[in-house]
This record gives sequence, structure tokens and C-alpha cells, in this order.
Amino acid sequence: MGSARVEKEVAVPAQGRREALETGAESDGALVIDGVCKSYEGFVLKDVGLELPRGYIMGLIGPNGAGKTTLIKLILNLVRREAGSIRVLGLDNVTHEAEIKSRIGYVPDEPRYHPDITLENLKSATAPFYPSWSEERFQALASEFELSLGKKFKTLSHGTKTRFSLALALSHGAELIVLDEPTSGLDPVFRRRLLDVLAGILQDERFSILYSTHITSDLERTADFVTFLRDGQVVFSRPKDEVIGRWGVVRGGREILDAEARAFFEGVREREHGFEGLTSRVEAARQRFGDRVVIDRASLDDIMVLMGRGER
Amino acid sequence: MRILISNASPDPIYEQIVQQVRAQILSGDLSEGDLLPSIRKLAKDLQISVITTKRAYEELEREGFINTVGGKGTFVAAQNPEFLREKRMKAVEEKLADAVDEAQLLGVGPDQLIEMLRLLYAEDE
Repeated sequence: MGSARVEKEVAVPAQGRREALETGAESDGALVIDGVCKSYEGFVLKDVGLELPRGYIMGLIGPNGAGKTTLIKLILNLVRREAGSIRVLGLDNVTHEAEIKSRIGYVPDEPRYHPDITLENLKSATAPFYPSWSEERFQALASEFELSLGKKFKTLSHGTKTRFSLALALSHGAELIVLDEPTSGLDPVFRRRLLDVLAGILQDERFSILYSTHITSDLERTADFVTFLRDGQVVFSRPKDEVIGRWGVVRGGREILDAEARAFFEGVREREHGFEGLTSRVEAARQRFGDRVVIDRASLDDIMVLMGRGER
Repeated sequence: MRILISNASPDPIYEQIVQQVRAQILSGDLSEGDLLPSIRKLAKDLQISVITTKRAYEELEREGFINTVGGKGTFVAAQNPEFLREKRMKAVEEKLADAVDEAQLLGVGPDQLIEMLRLLYAEDE
């Protein structure tokens, strides 16, 4: 396992290295992932790294099958990583698994509980696991999310299951909230409310949020950092403002798309009547192509769709 | 403080905040010592990222429009005297332009107008 790690530090025996990292844990971020690998039949998560400082929200974006859920399961140690390191709130997520789980609020993409149990009973069964459980907070969220606690789990819609799961996750003082596709299947009204709830959590700068989604409009405005995962690899992981507003989509006729022009773009999509190109050099593109093209600011969707396309 | 963010604006969001806060300080809608919302509160209100808001505040602070007092909050700074002067000079210019327009309607030339100004100054002294 140790040999597969690509490390910046000088090679140290695994045990000693871990101890060395443990000191200075206080200064560590909410989530620090480095060189993480995991392979399944037909799927490889390769050398994944990212860093989420405390007090911020990171969007984890990527098409379906990019590895978002696998990465989240690795963070929670629901599946075993094959290489690399994952530190949650300064602690190794395997050696400190129990403590970390009580400090993470996890909302799975498809919450699963026993179908015949009422929400009230599910809550009562969950609360004792968390020393910092706040019944008051749970009740407030239950009413805010319009949850009928007498209902059986199986009678809930997908959206309500997510809301219930979110209420549980937010009621035990978790410092890192991990949401896996929380808004798929939710209407725009609740999606907006969810963003409000999340921004409310971030009023306290000790808290952090990792939010995976393929509905990028949820994150376009509110995310502080964006990590783009594709085919099991990180395409980029950086502050959102360095992406949105700096990248542009250039649209023009195919006749101007020669090899030299192509080199300008991080991704190109050709259509019958023209091309779309993604570039981080918007000003240079404007000068080069002038009024033969139109240039718009790239949305996260544009970036997700175009990045790396048509490479040669 | 009133801030309206447009997604369609060519200006980035942080720049929109800077422009609007700056305009409200220069117009006197916000005055020295006024408390601004915290970075995190403003980010929540506007449904934008904390980093974006932080960047706007840093820019305003760098330009001398606001001050952050540790543990107390962010306040509108004592106005930059140069800006204030510039702004007031502009007001003078506008009023003079009005006077010139009015004078031209009456066929009053520059010499006569300057003479009128001299008289007005003399009256004040």
C-alpha cells in the first residue's frame, strides 16, 4: 500500500509518517485528500486529491459515473481506499473512524431505512449514537422541512426522504456536512431552501460542506470551491471564482477552427453550423478572433461538457 | 445597504458588490461608522459564496472605503478626502454647466459670466 503512494514528503515508514502528520492536526482543513486510489471492475478512481478549508462549501461536480459517490464513500470509510490519505477535521479517517463519523453529517443520495418504521422512531434510534445530539435543533428542522414524524419511512417521496436524512445529519452538531446529490429529485423551491439552510450552517466558520451534484446551477453562486471529477480523476479543484467569470465559451464558424485556433481551447465541440470552444484566455480570444465569434462567460455546465473534448 | 446582484451582468459578482457599496458611500447613503453585514451574513443574504464576498470586502478595504475592526465588524471608513473632493468638484462643475446653459439662452458671453462670478465671490467676502 505504501509503495503506491505518490508523496511529496521523504519516504517514512507508514506508522511513523502517520504520527508525524497527527501533530499539527488543529491547523488541518475540514477535508484533505491526497493521492487516493480505488479500483473496481471497470472503474478506477485514480490519484484523487483535494483540500477543503474549514468554513467553506465545496461542490463536487461531474457526470454520472465520474466517481463522486465512490469518493464520498471513501471519505466515510464505507469502502476501503487502496492508496493515499484522507484526513477529516485533521484526523485520519481510518484510524479515527468512529470519532470522525460522529463529526460528519452524511446525507446519502438514496436514504435507506427500514420501510415500516416511523420517522419519530428512526430519529429516536439514531439520536443515542451522537453525544452532541440536539433534540431542539431536530424539532426545528423537522418543522422547517415540513416532516410529519408519525409517517412511516416507506410512505415518503424521494424528496422528503432526503429532507428527513438532512434533518438527522444537521442535528448532531456535525462539523463537516457531506451531501451526495441531495437535490436530484427535489423541486426548485426546496433546492433553494436547502441552499439557504447550508448558508445558515456556514455562518459558523468552523463548519464546512462537501456537496456533490450534477445539477451545477445549485453551486454556480454559492460554492466557494469546485472540484470537477471525470472518469475517476480530478480535472480541477480550485476556488470557484477562479473558474466562473474567468473562463469563456467562444462560438464561431468552423472555418476559423484551424490547428492553431484549436490550441486555444481547453475543449471544443463541433456542430454542423459552427463550433463551441472553452477557454481560460478570454481576453486573448477576443483579440485573436475579434467579431468573427461571440464570447459568453462559461457556466459550470459549459465547463463540465466542453472541458477536454475534441483533444488532439 | 442595498445590493442587487445580476447574473446577466458582464461584471463579476464581487465587482458588482464593490461598485454598489462604493456608490452608496459616495452618495452619502452609507456614512462613516455605519456597520456593514458580516461577510458570511452578506454571502447568505445574496446567496453567493463566502469567498466572493470576502474578495469584495477586501477590495473595498484596499480602496479605503471600509475598515474591519477585529471582533467588532466592518464599518464604513472615514471618507477618503481625495474622493470626497473629487465628488464635490464634480457637483460644482455640473452647477456651472447649468449656469452656462442658462446664460447662453440669454445671449450672455463668457466674459460677462466670469464678471458675474467675480461679483458673487466679492459679495461673499
